[in-house]
This record gives sequence, structure tokens and C-alpha cells, in this order.
Amino acid sequence: MTQPLHATVSASGFTGGDAVSTTQDSMLYIDNVTVSFDGFKAVDALSLTIDERELRVVIGPNGAGKTTLLDLICGKTRASAGSVRFRGVELTRLPEFQIVRAGVGRKFQTPSIYEDLSVQENLEISIPQAHSIRRSLFFRRTPAIREQIDAVAEQIRLSAHLRTKAGRLSHGQKQWLEIGMLLVQNPDLLLLDEPAAGMSPKEREQTAELLRTIALGKSLVVIEHDMDFVKAIAQRVTVLHQGRLLAEGTIDQVQADPRVIEVYLGH
Amino acid sequence: MKLSSGALSWSAYLSTAMLLLLVFPLLLESFWIGEFGKYLAFSLVAVGIVLSWGYCGILSLGQGIFFGIGGYALAMFLKLEASAPALPDFMVWSSVDKLPWWWLPFEHFSFAVLAIVVVPVVVAFPLSYALFMKRVSGVYFAIVTLALALTMTVLIVGQQGDTGGANGITDFKTLLGADVISDAAKLHIYFIEAVFVLIAMAFGNWMIDTRLGKILIAVRDREDRVRFSGYNTAMIKAFVFTVSAVLSSIGGAFFTLQVGLVSPNSIGAVASVEMVIYAAVGGRLSVPGAVIGALVVGFMKSYLSERFPEAWLFFLGAMFILVVAVMPKGIAGLSERLLGKGDSA
Repeated sequence: MTQPLHATVSASGFTGGDAVSTTQDSMLYIDNVTVSFDGFKAVDALSLTIDERELRVVIGPNGAGKTTLLDLICGKTRASAGSVRFRGVELTRLPEFQIVRAGVGRKFQTPSIYEDLSVQENLEISIPQAHSIRRSLFFRRTPAIREQIDAVAEQIRLSAHLRTKAGRLSHGQKQWLEIGMLLVQNPDLLLLDEPAAGMSPKEREQTAELLRTIALGKSLVVIEHDMDFVKAIAQRVTVLHQGRLLAEGTIDQVQADPRVIEVYLGH
Repeated sequence: MKLSSGALSWSAYLSTAMLLLLVFPLLLESFWIGEFGKYLAFSLVAVGIVLSWGYCGILSLGQGIFFGIGGYALAMFLKLEASAPALPDFMVWSSVDKLPWWWLPFEHFSFAVLAIVVVPVVVAFPLSYALFMKRVSGVYFAIVTLALALTMTVLIVGQQGDTGGANGITDFKTLLGADVISDAAKLHIYFIEAVFVLIAMAFGNWMIDTRLGKILIAVRDREDRVRFSGYNTAMIKAFVFTVSAVLSSIGGAFFTLQVGLVSPNSIGAVASVEMVIYAAVGGRLSVPGAVIGALVVGFMKSYLSERFPEAWLFFLGAMFILVVAVMPKGIAGLSERLLGKGDSA
């Protein structure tokens, strides 16, 4: 089980490898951002920073603005005010595909994969070197690309299913496939919306392991409800409530925080 | 393991080639060669619709616009050649005494051919890219294109003196000196057209097999996901739409040549919707299916409209409903199922 994980550490290491020497400087600055939908503030004057190679978990009750926060970073939703800076690049005005090319990958809450295509084709489409039409028309599966796909497939435990139509995978496998599609893109920051939703306990455990491995070379922001899963992966936890930052710290600090307890347990 | 859909579509390709190049010319009388030539013109449009609608999910109810661009571009050249050195007859009737400036370059065949390819690109690409950037898609895109098709016919009908109005442009005699009316000429045109159809089919099959083909399917099914994989999906959609526009335009040019007439009726909103029916009946996921669909529906239209001039439109409607309800993959899906190679899920 550890074998494939080691293989992928080195695979992700060849891009982020040079960053290892630099110390914990911040990768993502969210500065005083507000998102309002017709006056309703889904995110309200929120500030947040994510460090290089940090695995951050965002929790909070329904409607706390967790998904909106991810939408905001990846450009699906636009900020009404404030700034989102990723390694010095202002993201709030870039179109989605350029945010992706800057190094931000997004996984959606319900697995968002191409059901009519095979697992291999799903992964191949996500390869970043061929975004233009001409390159897509004359795309050839080189050994290097094959290797890259195989490495990711192994990491997400789908090596045996490369030729399977993605629509026939189990729910958990679809979740993994979408994470794999992000890995092929080779982003520096992954935004994952409930990656373990609908998984069996064993699959959750494997997912936690996968995320911890990814975090060795990349940053992740993960939304999660299940506290056991949060404990299994989190380095730092951010708690959102009504679009605002309620608490931030280690899982133990956060769980001991009276404000958090009040929000979760109600009055 | 199993025969890939690629291999299957190439075998369908070969059978279609046999049908077009051998069976039809040997079996059909000259009247029907002309008719089938007309259907082949629509089959070029249908191949484009398979690529843009079937694979990329862009439903255009305005393919007649591009069909008309090709049809009128060639008609203008043919008309000038037929009436030279005098003005085209319909201009004289509307007391236009000087050839409009935008007609002038159409005295040259090379310009007309260039226009058939370039004008649809210049119209389709910027228009569709702007719409797709604004996230206009699905039904809304279909409505926009339908409205444009209507507008185009109104425009042509209104400018009687410059365009021939509702009667269209007709009475051609020769193409670069070669007769275009005789039975022998129709057969020659038919063969050239069949070769074009086969090239278009090969191009379509090839494109579907490339990585771009997979991306088209991905855009159709999950455009958001593709966008968040770093693609400019508006560009991809505009590209495919433009390809289908050029195919329609070439089809329109052949229509003019085969039928000897182009008029607002043959390129308007109704004609545009019919073009979608051709692709739907043939199977919107199959390039050879689209060609066969155009031939079958075209033939039924000719046959039924002759037999039941009052009721044939009901047959056409019934056929469309039947296909949508019972066999969503059209004739191609049916034949795949009969051959036992259909994908079970």
C-alpha cells in the first residue's frame, strides 16, 4: 500500500521539488473578501492565508460559505469586494481557465467526471500541455504522458480500470478519478469540496492517506463534514460561520473553542 | 476484445462510399441522380451538425444561414456568367441599372470559391465566440441562431433588386464554360459532390478520434469541469461551430449547382430545422449516419411530397418524433444494435 504512494511522492516532487528549499511563505492570500448574492453575504469580509504545502480543512455548518469560498478562489463566483492573490497573481479578474493555468485545481462536491469517456481519456483530457485546438488535434500519447497517467492512476487506485467507462465506476472511485484529474493538471493548490462524501470507511481511510501524500508536495484546501476524517488529515482547521471566520487552529484547539461548540451544538 | 467504435465507423464509411460511388450511379435514372445530388448537399450540412450538436452539444437551428452563404456565393458567380455581359435579369426587372459593388468580385470563380469557405468562418467564428464567452448555450443559442436564419431570409426578400428576392437566383447555364444543366453534367457534379462528402466524412471521423474529439464530448457533458481543467471552452465550441458552418456552406454551393436555383425558402428557418432532422434521423453521434439520414429523409421528402402533397409534412414530423422517442441514436444506432456491436450502456 505504501509502494504506490512513494512512487507518487517523487512524481509530484519533480515539479514542486525546487520549492522544498524555500520555507513556509504563504501561497494564497485572501484579503477582506466579500461575496454577496442580491444583498445576502455568502462570504463576509473574510481574510485567510494558505501556506506552501499546507493541508487546510475548512469546516462549518450549512450555509457557512465553505463552497462559496472555493468557488471564489477558482473563479466560479466573483468577489464583490476584496482581493485573492495566488503567488502574487490577482485571481479575482482572471477567467477560470487562466486561474487553472496559474496552478489552482478544483474538485467539485458531486463527482464531476466525463461519464462517456474511459478513465484513461478522463485523465488525458486533463493534461495541461495540450490546451490549444491544434495541439489537441495532433495529440500523440507519448511514453512520458503514458507514464504520467499510469503514475496518477496508481496513486488513485484505478490502474486496473484505465479502460473502463468512467460512468461505470463506483461513487468512491469517481471521487478518486476527479482528484486524479486534478493531479494530472499538476496544480500547486488543490481545492477539494467534500472529497470523501459517500465513501465507505475503508475508502475514507485510503482517501485520507492519498490527501496526506499529496500535501507533501502541494497545498490543499479541503471542505469536510466528517470530524473523524478531519482529524485524519488536518494540519490546521478553519471554521466558518455565516460567511465569517469563526476560529482557526489545530483540530484540538478548534474543538475546544466555546464559540465553535456553540455554533455546532446550537443554543 | 470488442470492435472499437472507430473501426465500426470506418466500416460504415466504406459501405457509404460504395453506395455513393457505385450503387447509386449504376441503379438510378438521371432524374434521381439529380435528386440524390440534392440530398448529398444536405448530408454535408448533417456531417457538420453531428460534429457540433452530436459531439459538442451545440444545437444550431440556423445552419441555413451558412448553407445560404455558400449557395448564394456560387449562384452569384453562375448568374453573372450566364447573363454576361448584361446585368442579371432580376436586376433589370427591378430597374437596377448598375451591378452593386459587392457583386463585382463574384465575376471571378476563384473569389466565389474563396467566399464559400471564408465568409462562413468570418461570420460564424466571431459571432459564436462572443455568444459562448457570454455563456449563451443550449436552448438560448438555438433560439439566437433560429432568429438569425429568419432575419437573413427577411433581408434577402427585402432587397429584391440586389438578391433576386423571394424568387431567388436561377437560370444558370454554364460553370467556367462547362454546361451544368444536361444529365451528363448532373452526373459529373454528383461524382464531385460524392467525393466531397467522403472527404468531409473522413475529416469528421478523424476529428472524433483525436483528443479534440474527446474534449468535445467532455464539453458537451461537463463544460464546467473542462473549464476547470484549464481549457477555454468558448474557443473550442466556436471552433467546432465554425467547422460545421463551413461544411454547411460547401453543401449550399453544391445545392445551387445541383438544383440550379437558390432561394430564401431553401435556406430559411424551416430549412434549417429540417437540416437538424436529417442528422437526428441518421444518428447524431455518427458521421456516416448523418449522410444516410440526409439521403433517407431527403428521399422520403421527395417521394411523399409527390404522393401526398398535402400531408407529407405530417410524415416528416412523425418521423422526427419516432426517432427521438424510439431510437435516440437514429439509423446509426439501429444498425449498430442489429450488428450486435452496440454499446450496451
